[in-house]
Amino acid sequence: MIVSVASGKGGTGKTSVAVNMALSVGNVQLLDCDVEEPNAHLLLHPNMHRTEPVYVLVPLINEELCLHCGECAKFCQYNALFDSPEKILFFPELCHSCGGCTLACPRQAITEKERRIGALKFGSAGDVELVYGELDVGEPMAVPIIKAVKKQIEDNKNVIIDAPVGTSCPVIETVRESDFCVLVTEPTPFGLHDLKITVQVLRKMKVPFAVVVNRAGIGDKKVYTYCKEEKIPILMEIPYQRKIAELYSKGVPFSLEMPEWKEKFQTLFNKIRKLVEE
Amino acid sequence: MKQLTILSGKGGTGKTTITASLAVLARNAVLADCDVDAPDLHMLLHPEVIKTQEFKGSKISVVDKTKCDNCGFCREKCRFDAITEAIEVDPIACEGCGVCAAICPTDAITLAERVSGYAYISKTKYGFMAHALLSPGEANSGKLVTLVRQNARILSEKENSDLIIIDGPPGIGCPVIASVTGVDTGLVVTEPTLSGIHDLNRALRLLKHFNVTPFVCVNMYDINRDNTEKIMRFCKENSIEIAGRIPFNPKVTEAMVNGKTVIEYSPESDVAKEIEVIWKKLRSSLKSGEGFQKP
Repeated sequence: MIVSVASGKGGTGKTSVAVNMALSVGNVQLLDCDVEEPNAHLLLHPNMHRTEPVYVLVPLINEELCLHCGECAKFCQYNALFDSPEKILFFPELCHSCGGCTLACPRQAITEKERRIGALKFGSAGDVELVYGELDVGEPMAVPIIKAVKKQIEDNKNVIIDAPVGTSCPVIETVRESDFCVLVTEPTPFGLHDLKITVQVLRKMKVPFAVVVNRAGIGDKKVYTYCKEEKIPILMEIPYQRKIAELYSKGVPFSLEMPEWKEKFQTLFNKIRKLVEE
Repeated sequence: MKQLTILSGKGGTGKTTITASLAVLARNAVLADCDVDAPDLHMLLHPEVIKTQEFKGSKISVVDKTKCDNCGFCREKCRFDAITEAIEVDPIACEGCGVCAAICPTDAITLAERVSGYAYISKTKYGFMAHALLSPGEANSGKLVTLVRQNARILSEKENSDLIIIDGPPGIGCPVIASVTGVDTGLVVTEPTLSGIHDLNRALRLLKHFNVTPFVCVNMYDINRDNTEKIMRFCKENSIEIAGRIPFNPKVTEAMVNGKTVIEYSPESDVAKEIEVIWKKLRSSLKSGEGFQKP
């Protein structure tokens, strides 16, 4: 079973829920797909075993064959190739690696080469296996790294995925193919607003989901009213407690210091399993 | 004209709360909400929309089933897994590259325009605002950010405003890069947690990469004073100016629930006072360069 943890709004406690759940359930593979700002390892404190670079394919132009006809630049929908008078200019950050330019070139002057944009990191803590991606600073495209992280999924494990913030391409790529998505929100106007957008995205993607309310007690009650109206189950509430915030700030998953929560996270996971099986 | 981007790396550190407060204090700045997939600034500033613009970020492949003979060549060549076994286009996966249209032996595929969201030009009590909303499940947030910033620039020229305040998205990827390229100053809002520190570091490296003058603000600094100390030390060692330290105060959430900035809701609070200090520091740094005339 693949369960992703997403939110829309940042800082609602996705990573906290993902890591605490991972530590409470056995046979877990935890994937951190927030490759722009991966944080799960800061709570999990894993032993890191190895690192693997992530590459994307970009065009390599053979200057001897190129006639500067500009067909490749005309084809490229992302303006990554520009037909200047002297040569074809390439802007690697704009390239989506579609391979179209190699097909468009009438002289077969374009082949592809690998370009590094980040890395995969592998580690473990107890029986939790961790894989996370890390986008190199200055690189714009998170999606190829998210895809590389997801390729590591082991089907025989309980897979928990920590998703990135927002609701656009990185989140969509992360949640695609998940059996279930847990939406962590906080009971504030910002939390609710971004939750609503995420719900629309998940409905469009046809991924089943439910809500966990974090920092319950702050803000207002509108998240609850919304979930009731939309018939979205609320699977768990984590109250706002200074102790939880302080433990998080030190990089301690709160279920380790507050053992009653270990059971609650197990119950959460079992509820999800039941919903998936239905 | 100067541009200031508020960013954070990690989400939920207080970017929007601070941006909205700076908007109130700056008076007559143009505001730009560049968190286009989860924009929140409008909930504090209540913009009145003057103009709406369609955003066409990318194209999408369309299969003409009357011409398609199901050869599957498109499916084989698509690098985005956007063509299903039934030779239908998955709109969420399609990036509009055009490879399928180019190689289809029966010319059954064309590229069509796609509306991926809307950009807005609005008026608020504290100045004009450029913002946008990406439609659910659409890509190209970086391009939409660029459109919002273009709109903000046009507004600032028209209104003779000398400052654009940009609320950036979380992360360090394409929409963030689009929010910081070419700006003068970046205010990184962080929190004294291990994740906050980790992400601050990456956000600062990004600003350095794009040659933007950094400032750091520690929000909810009293949640962990040791970590705040670490951040202060790190900034000092790297000659990065600390704009301020904001204490944790439930008034911030109360203000949000009431749809107000903390400056309006609780002007005498420690949070409001500290944000005023931050604004003064930013203002004098922005003023020291060219193109910023008024206080």
